[in-house]
Amino acid sequence: MKLTTKLWIGLGLFMLLSPLGLILPDHFKAGSAWGEWGADEMEKLVGYVPQGLKHLSELWNAPMPDYAFRGWEEKGLTHLSFAYIVSAIVGVGLIALATWVIGKCLVKKGE
Amino acid sequence: MHIPDGYLGPATSGVFYAVMAPLWVAASRIVKKTLKARQVPLLAIGAAFSFVIMMFNVPIPGGSTGHAVGGVLVAILLGPWAAMIAITVALVIQALLFGDGGITAIGANCFNMAVVIPFIGYYTYTWISGNSPTHSRRRMVAAFIAGYVGINVAALFAGVEFGLQPHLCHTATGQALYCPYGLRIAVPAMAGEHLLVFGWVEALVTALVIKYLQKQAPELLGQEVR
Repeated sequence: MKLTTKLWIGLGLFMLLSPLGLILPDHFKAGSAWGEWGADEMEKLVGYVPQGLKHLSELWNAPMPDYAFRGWEEKGLTHLSFAYIVSAIVGVGLIALATWVIGKCLVKKGE
Repeated sequence: MHIPDGYLGPATSGVFYAVMAPLWVAASRIVKKTLKARQVPLLAIGAAFSFVIMMFNVPIPGGSTGHAVGGVLVAILLGPWAAMIAITVALVIQALLFGDGGITAIGANCFNMAVVIPFIGYYTYTWISGNSPTHSRRRMVAAFIAGYVGINVAALFAGVEFGLQPHLCHTATGQALYCPYGLRIAVPAMAGEHLLVFGWVEALVTALVIKYLQKQAPELLGQEVR
């Protein structure tokens, strides 16, 4: 089997297992990463929402926020795990494609 | 380590975009000269691997979460300049599509994770592994240490970037405008959790994949784009 095929299979396994990155923090009651709190969490932590943060944090509405579908914030772990795997597939697809295109362009121009 | 929008003031965000612009140009020039056509699939897999490994959030029970970046691994296999391009792509898609890391913070996040991690990791790895043969245990140990050092230096940078904000931008009454935690809190928090937990995760991921490749594809080790 070609090495790249093996590596893609490995990546596929990682993608299927990715919900562990959601389930384990939930199980061990771990919160957000340090410095990645939302505005409400920030208010609980320091008693106010910094004005600039409030303003800038609304700058961009990602289509799949937090590796889930919009409006799925209140869904259970099973739904979120499914969304997480879909995010992994979409993300890997786009990133591999973009990097491959960039790589091809660079190599071509270099010849 | 994905700094969201609103945590860095405009000046800091701008500085990091300004720092990254020439680095991105340099990376594309260097990679253009040195990347071989047969390495392109590996570059794409490297970027995808970095993205997936970042989805594995590791909890500190009752505390925060963090994850490996895989940046040192990509740098060992393809060189730090190619790794910079691969991880930049992953970070940009994360910010745009998944809201992981801010749009205004792409410069800073790329500096921390697509420059500091691959460069510090790569040179730590080559320094320790020296001229040892590709299948040697020393290379695996070098990969382990490089993973640990690379992500920790990046965490330190991120801590300083967070921590400078309340000193740089605050209202007349002293309320922070952006990240409210100063250097005395942000630096120990970011450095501490990576030194204690997440650094080991990056070390382990890097060393295990290198060990796997030593057996399965030793030809991949030692052909990086310098």
